[in-house]
Amino acid sequence: MDAMSDHEHDKKLHILQGPLGEKAASAPAHDHDEHGDEGEESTIREHRLELSTVREKLKNKSGKQYWRTLEELAEDPHFEALLHREFPRHASEWDDAVDRRDFLKLMGASLALAGLAGCGRPDQASIVPYVKQPDGMVLGRPSFYATAMPFGADAIGLLVESHEGRPTKVEGNPDHPSSLGATNAFAQASILGLYDPDRAQTVLEGGEIRAWSRFLDAAQEAAMGVKASSGAGFRILTGTITSPTLAAQIRKLLTLYPQAKWHQWEPAVSDGAREGAKLAFGRVVNTVYVPGKADVILSLDADFLASGPGHVAYARQFARRRNLDGANEAMNRLYAVEPTPTVTGSMADNRLLMRACDIELVARALAAKLGHGSAVSLPPAADKWLDAVVADLQKARGNSLVIAGEQQSAAVHALAHAVNAALGNVGTTLYYTEPVEAEPVNQLESLRDLCADMDKGKVDLLLILGGNPVYNAPHDFDFLSKLKKVNNAVHLSPYFDETSAYCLWHVSESHYLESWSDARAYDGTASIIQPLIAPLYYTKSAHDVVAAFSDKPGLQPYDAVRAYWSEASAHLESPMETGWRKWLNDGVISGTKFSPITPELKFNAASLPAFTPVAADQVEFIFRPDPTIYDGRYANNGWLQELPKPVTKLTWDNAALVSPKYAQKQDFAHKVMSRGGEHGQVRTALVDIALNGSKVTAATWTLPGQAENTVVLPLGYGRTRSGYTGSNKGFNAYVVRTSNALWSATGGQVTATGDTYPLACTQYHFNMEGRQILSTASLEEYKKNPAFPHEGFETPAKDNSLYSAFSYPGHAWGMAIDLTKCNGCNACVVACQSENNIPVVGKDQVMRGREMHWIRVDRYYVNSPSATVDNTGDPTAYSPTLDNPETHFQPVPCMQCENAPCEQVCPVGATVHSAEGLNDMVYNRCIGTRYCSNNCPYKVRRFNFLRFQDWDTPSLMLLRNPEVTVRSRGVMEKCTYCVQRINNVRIDAEKQNRSIRDGEIVTACEAACPTEAIVFGDINDPASRVAKLKAQQRNYTVLGEVNSRPRTSYLASVRNPNAELEKA
Amino acid sequence: MSATPNLRMGQEPEPWIEPGHSYASVTDKISSAVLTRPVGIGWLAGFALTFSIVMVLFLAVAYLFAKGVGIWGINIPIGWGFAIVNFVWWIGIGHAGTLISAILYLLNQKWRTSINRFAEAMTLFAVACAGLFPLLHTGRPWMAYYMLPYPSTMGIWPQFRSPLIWDVFAVSTYATVSLVFWFIGLIPDLATLRDRAKKKWQQMIFGMLSMGWRGSARHWHRYQSAYLLLAGLATPLVLSVHTVVSFDFAVGIVPGWHTTIFPPYFVAGAIYSGFAMVLTLAIPMRAAYGMQDFITRRHLEQCAKVMLATGLIVAYGYFFEFFLSFYSGNKFDLFLTHQRLHGPYAPYYYALLLCNILTPQLLWIRKVRRNIAALFVISLVINTGMWLERFVIVVISLTRDFMPSAWGRYSATVWDYATLAGTLGLFTMLIFLFVRGLPAIAISEMRELVHQESHGNGGHQ
Repeated sequence: MDAMSDHEHDKKLHILQGPLGEKAASAPAHDHDEHGDEGEESTIREHRLELSTVREKLKNKSGKQYWRTLEELAEDPHFEALLHREFPRHASEWDDAVDRRDFLKLMGASLALAGLAGCGRPDQASIVPYVKQPDGMVLGRPSFYATAMPFGADAIGLLVESHEGRPTKVEGNPDHPSSLGATNAFAQASILGLYDPDRAQTVLEGGEIRAWSRFLDAAQEAAMGVKASSGAGFRILTGTITSPTLAAQIRKLLTLYPQAKWHQWEPAVSDGAREGAKLAFGRVVNTVYVPGKADVILSLDADFLASGPGHVAYARQFARRRNLDGANEAMNRLYAVEPTPTVTGSMADNRLLMRACDIELVARALAAKLGHGSAVSLPPAADKWLDAVVADLQKARGNSLVIAGEQQSAAVHALAHAVNAALGNVGTTLYYTEPVEAEPVNQLESLRDLCADMDKGKVDLLLILGGNPVYNAPHDFDFLSKLKKVNNAVHLSPYFDETSAYCLWHVSESHYLESWSDARAYDGTASIIQPLIAPLYYTKSAHDVVAAFSDKPGLQPYDAVRAYWSEASAHLESPMETGWRKWLNDGVISGTKFSPITPELKFNAASLPAFTPVAADQVEFIFRPDPTIYDGRYANNGWLQELPKPVTKLTWDNAALVSPKYAQKQDFAHKVMSRGGEHGQVRTALVDIALNGSKVTAATWTLPGQAENTVVLPLGYGRTRSGYTGSNKGFNAYVVRTSNALWSATGGQVTATGDTYPLACTQYHFNMEGRQILSTASLEEYKKNPAFPHEGFETPAKDNSLYSAFSYPGHAWGMAIDLTKCNGCNACVVACQSENNIPVVGKDQVMRGREMHWIRVDRYYVNSPSATVDNTGDPTAYSPTLDNPETHFQPVPCMQCENAPCEQVCPVGATVHSAEGLNDMVYNRCIGTRYCSNNCPYKVRRFNFLRFQDWDTPSLMLLRNPEVTVRSRGVMEKCTYCVQRINNVRIDAEKQNRSIRDGEIVTACEAACPTEAIVFGDINDPASRVAKLKAQQRNYTVLGEVNSRPRTSYLASVRNPNAELEKA
Repeated sequence: MSATPNLRMGQEPEPWIEPGHSYASVTDKISSAVLTRPVGIGWLAGFALTFSIVMVLFLAVAYLFAKGVGIWGINIPIGWGFAIVNFVWWIGIGHAGTLISAILYLLNQKWRTSINRFAEAMTLFAVACAGLFPLLHTGRPWMAYYMLPYPSTMGIWPQFRSPLIWDVFAVSTYATVSLVFWFIGLIPDLATLRDRAKKKWQQMIFGMLSMGWRGSARHWHRYQSAYLLLAGLATPLVLSVHTVVSFDFAVGIVPGWHTTIFPPYFVAGAIYSGFAMVLTLAIPMRAAYGMQDFITRRHLEQCAKVMLATGLIVAYGYFFEFFLSFYSGNKFDLFLTHQRLHGPYAPYYYALLLCNILTPQLLWIRKVRRNIAALFVISLVINTGMWLERFVIVVISLTRDFMPSAWGRYSATVWDYATLAGTLGLFTMLIFLFVRGLPAIAISEMRELVHQESHGNGGHQ
């Protein structure tokens, strides 16, 4: 590793100080100034036949004779041809795993030809210290590089922490519009994806390891093959692409092969938005929301706070409108209509439950009430609800916002456009731009066309760039059997997955932290994706693969990106020649944000075809991307697998989510198992779901707040070829998903098998049992009594303890968590896991109640005031309050109590109080009695019951944060308030002879939080943000009556429901 | 626990030793078990069985050390499971021995004589079994010496506010004093065995162990005062050990643990279970070795009375735990009480009430107290009940503490059971070795008793 980084850092260009430490622009991964003609040696390696000839010819020659020998060789026309081709230069492409003998032979030949190639790859084996320390690098101090993670039709800008050349942690880039400094769970977990030992590591041809050069040859050969027919049999299948460079490369390819076609398929994003825009405006436009300006928001099944383009930024803007800081006591209001609880729905002030197939009805009714289209009949309760919403929306004309869900139909999107226009919101709370997607198409039709062509045998060469269509294409397309008809299929993907197994070639895909690229964010802002590390394995990016089929095989992604931007930046304020380093430093290309356009609304709600409602008693099955592993692409990511899903708190599995009423009707029992219990293992009914002519067996899960006749089938599980972590977990909902019912299907049959299935659920009990845990009120109640959280609970006097209280003359670290803002998105949990080297324990251990997260997000349901029946805390014990409960989330890190119960009972003093009020864990001193955990009222301590940490896998060693101890078995651990970050800042401050500034220390959870719900700082400083928050009246401590005096306090959750609806 | 002779219905009190015994017959009878009696098939079979169970213990411990405490059923929130339950249970059993030998000695109870020796042995073995668990249950047992106050170069001491440290001192002191007390009491008998042993190696071993005892008046004088002093020293320990063990819970803030009634209630419970174990052991032993003359029905009845008394104290403890949770109005305690009665572990609680409160009420009936088989069964029931009591306290309290979101459940694994069974095996194996290797009844004290019975002298001295 060191040797590798030696080499790379020689080339580093550190410049500019960014806002977050050393955010330096550089090209840490590849050596781009080596564009010499050293291709010869690679050339020689290409063909064994050629090589043997070379070797034959070299046989009797001595070193002194190379030149003459080579000239002799050069006369060989075949050799000459090889010599003139472009080839990659890196020895890394050379695969020695299979042909070791050949490798040795070739190394001999390389040596013999060393005179020709003046420079080659430096010897990687030697480990030497820096002779010349690269600029800006201080050993032991991390550097931060700006890059971006592409995701769907968005890219999230990141600052990636790098320790001596290895990326270890992802932070948000405050300058990037999609991040604003925050991240989401996917971005946080992506770092584990980089080091995943199960990644595909080489190029394979029919399962045999091949050199990249061999692939290049084959690609060129194949390209020649389709050239004749000007690419008639050539197809490219990609996901949604926002990389301008990649799009340009593909378009270039399409001009080379005019008959070739580019298809796209993203299984978890619907065509509704694109088609809806077409319906409304006659063309595809991109909708950018500005929730920060909206006073009233109506979400039509849109989970805009936790998924879809721009959700991190949206969540931040949304939360900023919920600042209750005394000066500002106004809040925005969120209405949500949705079939199943999402993060957004859980945040809603008023929530209406509707089946997904009925959302269009609501949208039509909404439009009608605003004068678009004819009135439709809604159920009376919903109609009443909508009336109140419409009144509210109209009151906030110009400052309201209606958002249509990603999985909703074109009609809903078109209606949302019309409604927003009618409310005068366009230009304030939302605006339109040119599409961010490079090539917006109807992806379902695109894939359908491809399948039809494949079926007809029209496809000779299929390039699948990313994606996993064998696994996730609509079931009725039967992609697999059609793929088998393609002779030459090339699959680029990070794992050897279900699709790879049926493609002739598999090219292992580089991680975004390993290769150059670019991507646009949800508002069009482009970023250069700069790699943080040279590829760990023999991996390539989509740029490489596309180039391989073009007239420039071997074109490096770096060169492709530079080439694109040198052209595209001509009109920008700073063209590439001058701007490049700044782009890399900032993580954004300034001036690339799309300017708003004003497409003309050509839509008339009356023109919509008549709505055919699904009978109210019909059960609908809806497909949703999984909240943690998305469409299945993160199946092998242990952090995401073990991350409790925001609302269900399930880990490691998906389950068919059913409503309490439905479960009661069908008699789907949940049984809490005695091993792990409520904090681990629940056995639920296993059912057969026959749908769309296919069948899948799934575990059920009763989810309060779900529409009665909706069954949610989360996508992404049931992978068969995903790696050690992801294979054979959960059930595969794609099996029952067909193209005509991509998002919502009816006519399915659910039959209990009589069996049960164990699910790992980290929080089953949802009732607070009248304790001071999560305090909630409506805005009205809050205004009447801002100190409502203290009502009925008393905190004992400070000196009410046997032991004298500590004094904190210096700093006193504390944290305030605003429950009004927290939406339960889980970014903090993964951020903490990444920062603090927290192990993944696996389903079995989670089921035993032993997961290791230092911060967890608890989910509670609050009885609505009108409800008379109390709920028991068991989701299957049906009570009407569970039909649509108010949902709240509460992140729980260590409370760092001033009067800590844990400290008093540790027999060896392994958990001790610091002068600044932290409960420090001394791992080396801990003998593991677990008394501290028993005595912790908050149960935030985590114990290494076994050796949970993977100490053996080399790649995972690179992943770890060197500033945090890697714990072994038998010791207790818990949240430290990121003490390593505190100390880093302290050292800096001491060096500069100044005090620590407020906001300088940012814990991992705080940094990741999209809603700024978590604030950390010095409570001794009355001017600090945290002290001000704690001074608020709605600040309270959980279980204050225990007199543990927590440093982590909470600002009670305040919602802003429409009083009119509450009365109902 | 009547100290006066039984004057029931005007009868003569039953003797504490069956009539017809002389000094010689007592000595013969008791020492024969060690010196002359051939090794019987029953003993061999019993020893083999218990020895193989000890092997299970070794296996369980070896696997535990190899993998970590995760092989057990514990989790977060239930950080303590079988290991602590077993620890408290064994420590409780270990209470009867010292109580019998020290407190009853000071109270001049003659009936202690024939049972004190093996009750003390039982104490030692039980404490040995108990002592295993705190070590085994730590995550890093190889670092357990951090609990000892040794002068470390780092200047680090144990954390003296922790009840676990108090435990270390309490249990180790108790074990040491019990051992010394037992050994000193053994010295005259060891000398007797030395003198009667025919085999050279027996003479050597018993000779060394008897530490030059010659039986001179001065020896006896010194011996008696040392024994009395040690009895005085051991007496407070009987009360302190379980008091300190109860602090492990009472000092914690967990609902169901945090209560001031624990110390007396734990001590009573300990004596309760200790006497139950004395019966469990004495009844088969007196049958196997024909010791009915020395351990008479009256002895057993006496034990039963102690059990009844302590059982009532325990019942009082349960009642007050229950009452206080209502009286205090503490919602956490109230909820826990509710959970004990209606929660997932309610059957354990009801079984506990059945074993520890209802069953011993049978001992009010004299017939039951004098029915050996009934006593044996009741003693087993009480032993089980006391184990359940510790399970209820340790585990159920942890399953339902402050944060509803963190509530969980506990279920023991095969390794938990293997360790529990293993210590039962170890305990029984040690008892088997003890009855063959050392005089299970104090010979010298029995001889005294013979003298007293025949001369109608009520005192020891």
